Amino acid sequence: MRSELASTDNPIMASTSSPLIEARSVSKYFPIKQGLLNRSVGSVRAVDRVSLAIARGETFGLVGESGCGKSTLGRVMLQLQAATAGEVWFEGSSLGERRPRELRELRGRMQLIFQDPFGSLNPRFLVRDIIGEPFRVHTKLSSRDIDARVVDLMERVGLDPSLRGRYPHEFSGGQRQRIGIARAIALRPSFVVADEAVSALDVSVQSQIVNLLMELQRELGLTYLFIAHGLHIVRHISDRVGVMYLGRLVEVSSADELFKQPLHPYTSALLSAVPKPDPRDQSERIVLQGDVPSPANPPAGCRFHTRCPIARPRCMQEEPELRSVSDGREVACHFPLM
Amino acid sequence: MEPLLTIKDLTAGFATDNGAVKAIDRVSLSIGKGQTLCLVGESGSGKSVTSLAIMRLLEFAGGRILEGSIRLAGNELTDQTQRQMIRIRGNQMAMIFQEPMSALNPVFTVGDQIAESIRLHQRKRKSEAKQMAVDLLRMVGIPDPETRARQYPHELSGGMCQRVVIAIALACRPELLIADEPTTALDVTVQAQLLDLLQQLQRELGMSMLLITHDMGVAARMADQIAVMYAGVVVETGSVEALFDQPAHPYTVGLMQSVPSMEGERLSELRTIQGHVPSLHALPAGCRFHPRCPHAMPRCTSEAPPMMTVGTLQQAACWLYGDVAAGFAGAPDSDNGEAGG
Repeated sequence: MRSELASTDNPIMASTSSPLIEARSVSKYFPIKQGLLNRSVGSVRAVDRVSLAIARGETFGLVGESGCGKSTLGRVMLQLQAATAGEVWFEGSSLGERRPRELRELRGRMQLIFQDPFGSLNPRFLVRDIIGEPFRVHTKLSSRDIDARVVDLMERVGLDPSLRGRYPHEFSGGQRQRIGIARAIALRPSFVVADEAVSALDVSVQSQIVNLLMELQRELGLTYLFIAHGLHIVRHISDRVGVMYLGRLVEVSSADELFKQPLHPYTSALLSAVPKPDPRDQSERIVLQGDVPSPANPPAGCRFHTRCPIARPRCMQEEPELRSVSDGREVACHFPLM
Repeated sequence: MEPLLTIKDLTAGFATDNGAVKAIDRVSLSIGKGQTLCLVGESGSGKSVTSLAIMRLLEFAGGRILEGSIRLAGNELTDQTQRQMIRIRGNQMAMIFQEPMSALNPVFTVGDQIAESIRLHQRKRKSEAKQMAVDLLRMVGIPDPETRARQYPHELSGGMCQRVVIAIALACRPELLIADEPTTALDVTVQAQLLDLLQQLQRELGMSMLLITHDMGVAARMADQIAVMYAGVVVETGSVEALFDQPAHPYTVGLMQSVPSMEGERLSELRTIQGHVPSLHALPAGCRFHPRCPHAMPRCTSEAPPMMTVGTLQQAACWLYGDVAAGFAGAPDSDNGEAGG
């Protein structure tokens, strides 16, 4: 089993049993406002009753198509957005009960790497100011100490520290993403959300950044929530993977098993839709019909039933809950592919 | 049989604040009738500039064709005036872009936009064009086309919009369709639908396709021929099977190895291509890939390699194959490196 494997090759994870971070039935609704009086006429259920726990040192991959709520879930877990319902637990206590000051201290331990290495770095800041900013905000280090830390961080992420007096536009996309990573790990976080952190990069650069993220995880004992739509990379980097569809978590499993034998029909369709780099590939593709329904008005019953190739009457009425079907595998489907 | 499109030694570039740059340098390609050529490469490799040059739209993007020839069905496109090009674009060739939402006009219904492109190229009455628009929407697999034709782009999803864009492109039954990353902005399940649609339409209409993509998986699925571009030059061409079975150029090899597999054992570390794509302002001398190439030899730093025959259906611009053309020994490894030096 993958879970055993993960605990043997990761001593940090083996030593503690309680998860580092946990979402407990988290929901996030965004109101839809309309008209002159800006009245709420409904809500977009971006994330709906999602529970997941990530162990120390683990990489949890979160996949799904655009609008499925994966980024919102990441932001709620970092408390960058308040949950509409449910709780996020970090290092053994609920974040909802923390005071703003405590939360501010905690933020140093939970960080975010953004998708767009062009939009996420202030173009008017020098690289040393970008990487040094977390120290200025969260610590009382002298500017000389900060500079020493910046040099150390740049070396760690594979950048030439002598370039710290330059502006972000003088760097390539991959180098800029390294700057973003250096900033994210500056305060030695324990939990890092990588939201499409490599999606905007060219493939040859993508693999460099993935290797860097995995290396940093080994060295610093980081725990990742790796949000991405690129399935190849998710399989490579993740210990466990969660699949989201229309705001709900529909399957959770170890990465190896999920890709070998998906249990949810949506996961199965998602995997089969990825074109394989083999011109003679004859494997059957499940081409889903139609588009993802609007999260403002999700279908009743199972949210996937409108596109599911094996939907039955029960699926239209009764919403399946995420349940454990075998060791370490969970699926939200009345008729999982077993 | 003469190919539908033949590009020879096409060089094009832009004037920038830091002097003129050549975005593509002596690019040669050809596409047979009914065939699909996939142009593969990373950002800045010159894929999009090549396609804009073929459409003669490069002039509108601030660029210029400097040298070379583009022949479409016997016509030399570089000699045409823009007025003449208007007749060729749409009728003989059409193009679809990456962002379907920005390709459509938000203030007209999709039906009107399709009808407009029909009336621009064919003598049709308004009512006729409108009916044709509905038929085209049906052809690209949009359910309930009568209703959809009366809707605006914002009322349609990204996948639907791309179908509308395809419908506009196919309105005049072009012989060549140029698709620049048509599915990159879309989700994988929608991408699968659209790739199926493009293949089906290509079969039905017998058109040729130039598909630009950075995704080796998409190329493997769609291509008959593949051309790999790097920093403005074509580094390898070949049939899709030859190229995937035995990639010859070290860049192609690196590109394929950079994407982890979805099956089998997971590697502890991904293979990478060291460094990054050079800026067009500071291209390395000799082979443009040499600073990143694991097989670079002294010769590579000074002499740019020409296209060399690697197999019956494959060519690569790499000195590894310079002196061993007769006895090609397979994908590059250290042994080949010595043989080539």
